[in-house]
Amino acid sequence: MNKQLTLDHADAAVEFNKNEAKVDWHDETLWFVRTKRDRAVAQIPEWEQLREAASQIKNHVLSNMHDLLIQFEQNAIRNGIKVHWAADGEEHNAIIHQIIQQAGATQLVKSKSMLTEECHLNKYLIDKGIDVIDSDLGERIVQMRGEPPSHIVLPAIHLTKADVGETFHQHLGTDKGATDPQYLTEAARQHLRETFLTRKVALTGVNFAIAETGGFVVCTNEGNADMGAHLADVHIAAMGFEKVIPRAEHLGVFLRLLARSATGQPITTFSSHFHRPRSGQEMHIVIVDNGRSRQLGRPDFRNSLKCIRCAACLNTCPVYRRSGGFSYHSAVAGPIGSILAPNLDMKQNADLPFASTLCGSCSNVCPVKIDIHEQLYKWRQVLMQEGYGPTTKTVAMKAMATVLESPRLYRMAGKVGRGVLRFAPITVENGLNPWYNQRDMPEPPAESFHDWYVNQKKA
Amino acid sequence: MKVGLFIPCYIDQFYPKVAIATLNLLEKVGCEVSYPLQQTCCGQPMANSGFEHLTGGCNENFVRNFADYEYIVSPSGSCTLHIKHHLHSVNEEVAKGIRSRVYELTEFLTDILHVSALNATFPYKVGLHQSCHGQRGLGLAQMSELVAPPFSKPVQLLNLVNGLELVQLDRRDECCGFGGTFCVTEEAVSVKMGKDRVADHLRHGVNYITGVDVSCLMHMEGILKRANSTVQVKHIAEILTATL
Repeated sequence: MNKQLTLDHADAAVEFNKNEAKVDWHDETLWFVRTKRDRAVAQIPEWEQLREAASQIKNHVLSNMHDLLIQFEQNAIRNGIKVHWAADGEEHNAIIHQIIQQAGATQLVKSKSMLTEECHLNKYLIDKGIDVIDSDLGERIVQMRGEPPSHIVLPAIHLTKADVGETFHQHLGTDKGATDPQYLTEAARQHLRETFLTRKVALTGVNFAIAETGGFVVCTNEGNADMGAHLADVHIAAMGFEKVIPRAEHLGVFLRLLARSATGQPITTFSSHFHRPRSGQEMHIVIVDNGRSRQLGRPDFRNSLKCIRCAACLNTCPVYRRSGGFSYHSAVAGPIGSILAPNLDMKQNADLPFASTLCGSCSNVCPVKIDIHEQLYKWRQVLMQEGYGPTTKTVAMKAMATVLESPRLYRMAGKVGRGVLRFAPITVENGLNPWYNQRDMPEPPAESFHDWYVNQKKA
Repeated sequence: MKVGLFIPCYIDQFYPKVAIATLNLLEKVGCEVSYPLQQTCCGQPMANSGFEHLTGGCNENFVRNFADYEYIVSPSGSCTLHIKHHLHSVNEEVAKGIRSRVYELTEFLTDILHVSALNATFPYKVGLHQSCHGQRGLGLAQMSELVAPPFSKPVQLLNLVNGLELVQLDRRDECCGFGGTFCVTEEAVSVKMGKDRVADHLRHGVNYITGVDVSCLMHMEGILKRANSTVQVKHIAEILTATL
């Protein structure tokens, strides 16, 4: 298990930052994606209107969730798709296991799905003796390494070509020390081709489920969803219930926003529309709640469910770029993950809303206008009021509040503090002071502005 | 024009020269400025740490100090934003009034006073750090994420300074990593962000780094000094009042 995954964000970030050259590389790679996104969106003069349209459509969805899901279910059933409902991750996993068993299969080929990561499907199935292969190249790489994805769109972005070469050498028998992308990709291609041709059950995610038609759309750049689903006898699609959109015409808004925000492409290479099973094929869709209805019921946090998983907020986040995906110890990393994860488990994820400077870049890059940084601020309030903060912090904050609400105490404390810094700097300039470790302290003046102002007036 | 000067606690204690420059600048452009003596802090350190429920005392103190001013002006985008978004009071009408009358220094100079000339000279290469709360929160400048025409209130003012050469940074609005208590609770990332931000300025050969938030500048100053750099930081008020 990767050590970062078991630590809280700040400690995991310390681990990640031990290799500064790699942090620089991670930062620059993701910033490159962010600037590519900037160029791609600048080509659309109506970009901000598109964002607003998407946001409004999603508002409509959140306010009519029940009706839209029922409409989707009815139309999907009419199309010959079998619809399943799962209250939580456990139920989602059990349903999928049952479908695989009914198909008489022991193997599954998966296309990328962050929902299955959220529900820990792979581990569940592997424990039941099912052989699971992720077919998205990045996902396949991290799967071989026994790691979760570190990014929701670029799952292996934390790895270098050399890391991938070593992994493939171990698992696919490629030459040791090989780093040539073409050579490594070809090896992966041969390996996955074999997988696609032999597996009877394929699982995909769902990017958009259309209530009006009962069909759904899956976006990939590698065509691996199609390869898996078209060759298998059984196609299972797993979707969080918030993926529903009212009508097919709304795809024109979301498909333009998604790929540009994600990677700076005009559109994903494959936007595959699935409406009904082909003759002789079974098609299942598993609609999952797993805390989503609870989030929908929280007015301050409900619109986090607008998320279309483009990862623009991860790429732009200066903290994510310098702490890595594993520091978020959650299926969805970055700013969006930090507002989704506390809903799943407040205690476990109480550190995540604090893994931000509240710079606000995430909210403004978001194609569906989620007020991410404002929700980070609000989660902080909820988590501390619910008692998930360290006691030392609560005590310190209470003391701070007492000093700062009293002008007399504030001036006294200021004078003492400046005095200590001026005459006994060793008391703060030591290894126990996290400011001083890598930064110098400000030079304290003899006189505060308050004192200067009072003295000036006297003069 | 009567202005109540709001000086954030850490500027009062550690950077009085920034407060003095702000006072001089406002007086120079014709304002009648008072500094309410019983002011302390806006409460942001507690609120951003998740303890907004402990900021009641700070809020009431702020209201007592500033209720009577036509304009409240501060040399800090971050503290101004906090007051604008989060100041509440038992007398909510008064708090609402204050929230609508509080201004960060550069937006006050450009939007309210429409300053078009400054008798200032600063013949150096300067890098502007666009602090996030001012830029994205108060809208002091266009942000790189949006598809919209560029503008910047701090740049508009810096362009009025004789001899000043403003450099173009590679990442014009990346966060410096200060982030309030983030700078100590997330020390590793905070310092790395600060080092990277400073490096962008150094790559472009600046003599000075300026900005509208002393907190960000303090963070970058700490990093510059630790690296024994000769590059200095100056709050924008110090540059807008600089003479030869």
